[in-house]
Amino acid sequence: MISKIAWKNTWFKPLNTFLSIILLTASVSIISILILLQKQFEEKFSSSMDNIDLVLGAKGSPLQLILSSVYQIDAPPGNISYTEAEAWMNKPMVESAVPLAYGDNYLGYKIVGTTDNYPKHFGLKIQQGTLFAKDFEVVVGSNIAANIGLKIGDTFFGTHGDVEEGEVHDHHAYKVVGILAPSGKVADQLILTNIASVWHMHDHGHEHEGSSEEAHNHSSDEAHNHSADEAHVHAEGEEHHHEEINPHEGKEITAVLLKLRNNMAKMTWPRIIPQNTEMQAASPVLEVNRLFSLFGVGISALTYLAYGIMFISGISIFVALYNTLKERRYEFALLRITGATKFQLLWLVLLESIFLCTIGFILGIVFGRIGLYFLSVSSQEEFKMAFDPFEFLWKEEGMLFLATLSVGIIAAIIPAIKAYSLNISKTLANA
Amino acid sequence: MIKTQNVTFSYSATQKFHFPDIDCSNGQTLLVTGNSGTGKTTLLHLLGGLLQPTAGNITINNQDILQLNASKLDAFRGQSIGMILQKSFFIEALSVLDNVVLASWIAKKSKAKEKALSILDNLGLKDHVHKLPSQLSIGQQQRVNIARALINNPSVILADEPTSSLDDENALIVARLLSDLAKEYQSSLIIVTHDQRLKSLFNHQITLS
Repeated sequence: MISKIAWKNTWFKPLNTFLSIILLTASVSIISILILLQKQFEEKFSSSMDNIDLVLGAKGSPLQLILSSVYQIDAPPGNISYTEAEAWMNKPMVESAVPLAYGDNYLGYKIVGTTDNYPKHFGLKIQQGTLFAKDFEVVVGSNIAANIGLKIGDTFFGTHGDVEEGEVHDHHAYKVVGILAPSGKVADQLILTNIASVWHMHDHGHEHEGSSEEAHNHSSDEAHNHSADEAHVHAEGEEHHHEEINPHEGKEITAVLLKLRNNMAKMTWPRIIPQNTEMQAASPVLEVNRLFSLFGVGISALTYLAYGIMFISGISIFVALYNTLKERRYEFALLRITGATKFQLLWLVLLESIFLCTIGFILGIVFGRIGLYFLSVSSQEEFKMAFDPFEFLWKEEGMLFLATLSVGIIAAIIPAIKAYSLNISKTLANA
Repeated sequence: MIKTQNVTFSYSATQKFHFPDIDCSNGQTLLVTGNSGTGKTTLLHLLGGLLQPTAGNITINNQDILQLNASKLDAFRGQSIGMILQKSFFIEALSVLDNVVLASWIAKKSKAKEKALSILDNLGLKDHVHKLPSQLSIGQQQRVNIARALINNPSVILADEPTSSLDDENALIVARLLSDLAKEYQSSLIIVTHDQRLKSLFNHQITLS
C-alpha cells in the first residue's frame, strides 16, 4: 500500500517526474552504450588478433598496417615484394604465415588474395561448397552471402580499389565456390581467393587513372607487371636483387600475417626487418593497445559527462522531493494519525525516488539499445563492423543500476528524514 | 471508552495546561468547548497520543496509552482511535475510496474495500468513490474524513472542529451524523469545538478555560 501511494504520487506531479526521468534516461543510455561499445569493440579487436604475432608490410604507420591487414579497416600503407617477404615466411622460426594481397572489392567488400592458410589460421569453417582451388574461384564470408545474396555458382566482377565506385575489372569474373560459416571475425565480411587471381586481374595492363591516391612509380621494364593492389608503391629496382628466375619475380603482395615459434624473434624482428629490408614488422598487440588507450580517453570523457548528467538528475529529484515536502506534510500527518509509523513515511519518500530511478534506468537501457542499433547500422555500412544491441552485460549494467539507485537514495535521504521526523501535533495545530 | 485523570501539559515554563478529567463511555458523546488558546486542540492531540502529557493518565479501553512505546502507540492509534480534523486532509493522488481503504490497511494490514464502500454509501458518497478528493465539495470531503475515521471500528472518535467550516444546516447534519454513528459503532465520541451551534445538541459537555 505504501508502494501504491508512492507510485501514484510519482505520477501525480508529472512535470517533476518527467524532468527527473529524462535526465536519468539520458545518462543511463549514454553510459550503457559506452559500456557495450567498449566491450564489443575490444572483443572484436582481440578475437581477430588471435594467433598473430607480427605483421609484415610496407614501411609506414604500423597502426595503419595492423588496421588494414588484421581488421580490414584502413587502406594499407603500401606493397611489399613477394620474393622479399617469402624469404622471411620460410624461416624456421615461423610457425605459420598468411600472405595477403589486396586489389579489388565487390560492392565495397574486400577481395583478399591469400592461401588456404587464412581459413586455417583463423579457424574458419566452410559452411557450403569448397575452398578456392583454381584462379578466380572465391569463398565469401557469411555476412556477404546473407547481405547481398551471393550463392555458390554465382559470378561477379571485382571493382578496382577499396571503394564501390571504382573501375570494374570486366575481363575476368570471380566465381563463388564456397561460403564461410559465421565466425564473428572480420572474415565474415571478406571475399577470399588465391593470390594469383589478384595478380592476374591486374596483369592486363589497363590504366588506373585517378583510381589511386598514391603516386605511380612504374619503371619501364615492369609496366606489364601491374601492381597487385590499390596502393601501387613500387620500390624501383627492387626486383633486380634476385638473380634466379622466380615465377613470383616482381610480384607484390600487401602484407603477411606471421605466427612465430620463437619469443626471441617476436622481440627482435620488428627491429631487424626494417633495418635489412624495405618492409616493417608490426605487433598487433602493441598497436591495438595503443589504439585502445587513445579511445579510452574519449570513452572516459563521455562516461564522466554521463555521470555528470546523472548527478544533475539526482539534484533534480532532491529539489522535486524537497519542494513538495511543505505541501505534503499534511499528507504525512494524515498517514501518522491513521496509524502509520515514522519509518513508513521514510520508506514512502525513499520509494518514490527509487521508482523514478528504476523507470529512468529501464528507459535508459532501452534507449541505449536503440541508439546502439542505429550506431551499428551506420558502422556496418562504413567500417563493416556490427555491434550487438541485445547483449546484456549483467555485471557492468548491474553496477550501473546500483549507481542509479544510490543516486536516488542519496537524493531522497534528506527529504525522507524530514518526513520521518515531522512533528504531527504541530503540523496539525498550524493547519 | 476513554478516561483521563489529572492530565497536565506544558509547551513552555510559562504556558501550562491542567485539563479536567474526562470520562466518556461507549456510544456516548462528549462536547469539549472553550475559547481559542484554552488548549482544545492540545487536549485532542494528547488523547490521540500525538503529544505526551507531563503528568496524568489516559486510558482507552483499559489500555494506558502512555505506557506504549512509539511504534505500539502508532499501531494502537490506527486500530482504536479515529480522528476527524478541522480541515480535510487526503492523499491527493489516491481516489476517495483508496483514501478510506488506506486507513484500514495501515491499521490492520488488510484492505476493507467492501466495508469502505458501504460506509461511503451510508454517507451519501456512493457516486463519488472513484473521484479524487479535490473534486469534492468541502461538505463531501468532511464526510470522507468521517468514513475514514470509522473504517476500523475505533473505540474512540476524536473530532477537532468538525463543523466550523460548514454552514448552519450542514453543521447540524454533520454533528447529528457523528453522534448517531458513535452510537451505531459503540464508540466514544469527543468533539472539540468553539462552535456555539453545537452546544444545544449535546448535554454531556466540558468547558475549558
